[in-house]
Amino acid sequence: MSADQFLQYLISGLSQGSVYALVGLGFTIIYAVTRIINFAQGEFVMLGGMLSFTLAVSAGLPVAVAAILSIIITAITGAIMYLLAIRTARKASVISLIIITIGAAIFIRGIAGTKVMWGVDAVRPLPFTGDESLRLWGAYIHPQVLWVIGTAVLVTILLHLFLTRTMVGKALKACAINPQAAGLVGVNIKTMALIAFILAAALGGISGVVMAPWTMMSYHAGFIIGLKGFVAASIGGFKSPIATVIGGIIIGVVENLVVGINYGPFTSEYMDVWGLVVLLAILLIRSGRLAAEEA
Amino acid sequence: MVSRLKSKWPYAVMAALLLLLILLPFDWFPGQYTTLMIFIGVSTMVTVGLCLLMGYTGQVSLGQAAFYGCGAYISGVLSTYHSVNPWLAMLIAAAVTGLFAYIIGYPIFRLRGNYLALATLAIGVIVWIIFSREGPGGPDGFSGIPFLSIGGFAFDTSFKRYFLVWAFCLATLFISQNIVRSRTGRALRAIHGSEAAAESIGINVAQFKVKIFVLSAVYASLAGSLFAHHLRHISPQSFDAIASVKLVVMAVIGGLASVWGAIFGAGTTRWLSDEILVSYPQLAGWDIPIYGLVLVLVMIFMPQGLFVALKSGFEWLRYNWRELPSITRDIYERRILRLRSGRVEP
Repeated sequence: MSADQFLQYLISGLSQGSVYALVGLGFTIIYAVTRIINFAQGEFVMLGGMLSFTLAVSAGLPVAVAAILSIIITAITGAIMYLLAIRTARKASVISLIIITIGAAIFIRGIAGTKVMWGVDAVRPLPFTGDESLRLWGAYIHPQVLWVIGTAVLVTILLHLFLTRTMVGKALKACAINPQAAGLVGVNIKTMALIAFILAAALGGISGVVMAPWTMMSYHAGFIIGLKGFVAASIGGFKSPIATVIGGIIIGVVENLVVGINYGPFTSEYMDVWGLVVLLAILLIRSGRLAAEEA
Repeated sequence: MVSRLKSKWPYAVMAALLLLLILLPFDWFPGQYTTLMIFIGVSTMVTVGLCLLMGYTGQVSLGQAAFYGCGAYISGVLSTYHSVNPWLAMLIAAAVTGLFAYIIGYPIFRLRGNYLALATLAIGVIVWIIFSREGPGGPDGFSGIPFLSIGGFAFDTSFKRYFLVWAFCLATLFISQNIVRSRTGRALRAIHGSEAAAESIGINVAQFKVKIFVLSAVYASLAGSLFAHHLRHISPQSFDAIASVKLVVMAVIGGLASVWGAIFGAGTTRWLSDEILVSYPQLAGWDIPIYGLVLVLVMIFMPQGLFVALKSGFEWLRYNWRELPSITRDIYERRILRLRSGRVEP
């Protein structure tokens, strides 16, 4: 692999990694506040991308308006999912909650795949700033890649400020640390759970909107993106947002470099397998602590 | 008298079911369900294993389709490309799949709840990717898998395979029923109730979990082999993550902790996918969102599963139907009283 190619793979890796990081952050926020792993997180990414296509290309709205509307609609979907499916089953066992979020995931995915919505074909929303590749040293970079990375950086900073500087953010953190104690000092835990779902869905929607013009989007794309988000979140132990972001970026970069090596078991075909092997390894190494947590 | 009659009820139901199963594939039977019933039988075998694992033991598996696929692929590849006798191939597949489940079982079952779900999901996807990359024909799969045969008697028509599959399926159900009623079954339920409590009365929790995991994997593998030798063409598509979720749907509809409910779960799900959606092409693709909705609704309103909820509802009616008018009157009067006393419902 030459230096030019290395740069090329590194930048696509950074960009893909930022999407995984945002998805992983969504998992982490929901898990921290509610102890639920939301298997529908990847579907929010898909929804964001597909909606932005419909609004910008089919309905002809300006790209910026379409993007914001898609994110809002995705966030509302997250809220509806929480209110209808999760809150009504709040006393359910862990197994029931897992099955409920999986049910919600394949419901969203299934509806998106029907002819009433988008059908099975992949779509490509309009890129934000044209299709002309920029040249950086030897690498060709699609402008959308920069949008993905920039958005991820901005969103992460905003999220950090939200969690540390605002009252609601601090309440969310309090819930994550000790829900009972947070309840005692007047934090409404149910509202916090709702906010967590809205935030996570919005994060998914944002990543879908920015990545779709670059990678295209189809109704089944959410699943594998969601899996990568799991890997990122597991690197952060489903707790630390910073470690989740770093984890997501590492996975994106490593995956793309593996594609660049293209030798033996390190080929693009096995890209997804390596991510999952990392997930399994982390789960098993931490199994003692994780089991105590779930008990 | 009544109690003796009651104890014979299940046998009567079983005999009726058996008779129906025997009659279903014949030409003169109204509406011939041979092919659909073969798929239902195969799915039931996998679902029973999942019910033992999820319903009785309380452990999630989101990768059950991987074992189903292992059975189909190992058996299919050995008998098609290495001319191994299909029965032997089926046996080897079951042994290899069981061993695989045993090896991954111990580390995996150190995880619980959410993390166990994630780990099994990851394993399912890894196995599926390996099928689509390394399996013959790649993502398109391969055909030409031979039929099973005994001596000169080949199971070369759906009619013959129907009886083969259901013999296997009923054997699976029977074995599972016995396990559930045995010491092992009680141990499994104890684990579901509380692992710490089970451990404290001397149940080897880890071992039981792995045992039942291996058993469910072997069931799935046998079902996969039967599926491969029936259809003679397999592709990785049948064993992806959605396939695993469909199996969970079957288990959930069947009532997680109910062995016989598995037939009901596999039956309704297969009937919806294979019969209804094929007859109405304009509904193509709608099975997936319907499954999603079913999962959410059943888990919210009847966490013990649809079949069990229906069964207990039916039993309640059977014991209370005489008192039904007075019960309704009670409810009505209580409401009137509450309204009169001006109390608001809490």
